[in-house]
Amino acid sequence: MERTTLDLWVGTFVVAGFAALVVLAFKVGNLSTYNVSDTYQLQANFANIGGLKAQASIKSAGVLVGRVTAITLDNKQYMAKVVMSIDSRYPFPRDTIAKILTAGLLGEQYIGLDPGGDNAMLKGGDEIKQTQSAVVLEDMIGKFLYNKAEGGK
Amino acid sequence: MAIVRGLRGIGSRAINIVWRIGYAARFFMMTLVYSGLSFRRFRLTVREIFFSGVMSLIIILVAGMFVGMVLGLQGYETLKRYGSESALGSLVALSLVRELGPVLAALLFASRAGSAMTAEIGLMKATEQISAMEMMAVNPIARVVAPRFWAGVISMPLLAAMFSAMGVFGGYVVGVVLIGVDEGSFWSQMQGAVDFKHDVLNGVIKSVVFGVAVTVISLFEGYDAPPTAEGVSGATTRTVVQSSLAILMLDFMLTAFMFGD
Repeated sequence: MERTTLDLWVGTFVVAGFAALVVLAFKVGNLSTYNVSDTYQLQANFANIGGLKAQASIKSAGVLVGRVTAITLDNKQYMAKVVMSIDSRYPFPRDTIAKILTAGLLGEQYIGLDPGGDNAMLKGGDEIKQTQSAVVLEDMIGKFLYNKAEGGK
Repeated sequence: MAIVRGLRGIGSRAINIVWRIGYAARFFMMTLVYSGLSFRRFRLTVREIFFSGVMSLIIILVAGMFVGMVLGLQGYETLKRYGSESALGSLVALSLVRELGPVLAALLFASRAGSAMTAEIGLMKATEQISAMEMMAVNPIARVVAPRFWAGVISMPLLAAMFSAMGVFGGYVVGVVLIGVDEGSFWSQMQGAVDFKHDVLNGVIKSVVFGVAVTVISLFEGYDAPPTAEGVSGATTRTVVQSSLAILMLDFMLTAFMFGD
């Protein structure tokens, strides 16, 4: 069995195909932003999560620090329970506030973490007590109309 | 009497179709059972990857480039109305990776490589090469059919990936280089929207399924073709028609399974 030009062509083809897959994974897709480092889990209860989805990003001061892993409805309090996995390089104080924010006017929703001043840090499995729900546009318009009617009286 | 003859015609047609489906299923099983040879003598498969994969490369790359360019142009025109030109990257990448890459690459593969496979095997049958192999105790399914099947299954996802990558490049050329969409938001919006598992891997799974469907249809049509010039030409036409329909129908089903949450 000896090498032929045919092998060279097929080899080139296979290498080019895998190169295209790698490009799709890293340049087009988000494999490069997948957290491969250690993470710890935090929980937070929100009254309303708006359009937040699993895999949404978690940012602090605009820096990506983790991702939302699961969203469920808490049957006792009827609040949305959001589980987040945070990069273990970034510890947060116990009095951190979690807010649901929107990137741009119509953009994707993400969780913003505002660190407080407590010296004790949140550990894996802890809950963030202070949360701020998503802004629902309909509620805001409703309030605005209500105020308008009040003022016009 | 004409009604009876008509009914009889419909009935015999229906039975014939079911008969053929059964024969095709048995043919597919035999191909899988006798696949050992195409891996023990991998040279056979490599040769077929050359003829079906490498030879389809140019048409796949050029078509991918142009599809990406059209997506960039049309997407820009539409997104401009809503002032969200920066989402062009995610539009181009998502439509290519999820749908257009696997589907168009499979359609091109069916007409470029599938038809050639059918014609080749049909002609081998017409010139009694397949009977000759059986006479020499060489199993034609193991020697002729299985290597072509595996070559198609291996080539298809690679071709689809190249199609998508080339399309994204085409969209980049039109969107960023020619029209002037911001380069940073083009790539970052794309990376934000395309998920590796949900989008890229599902696209690869789709193209593997299409690869199986196209090669099985092409090989079966060739193997089942009447051994005449007319029969081979009819089989080649049927390959392209049936593969294209199969690709589009399977695409709908797979999309419903994968993205219908």
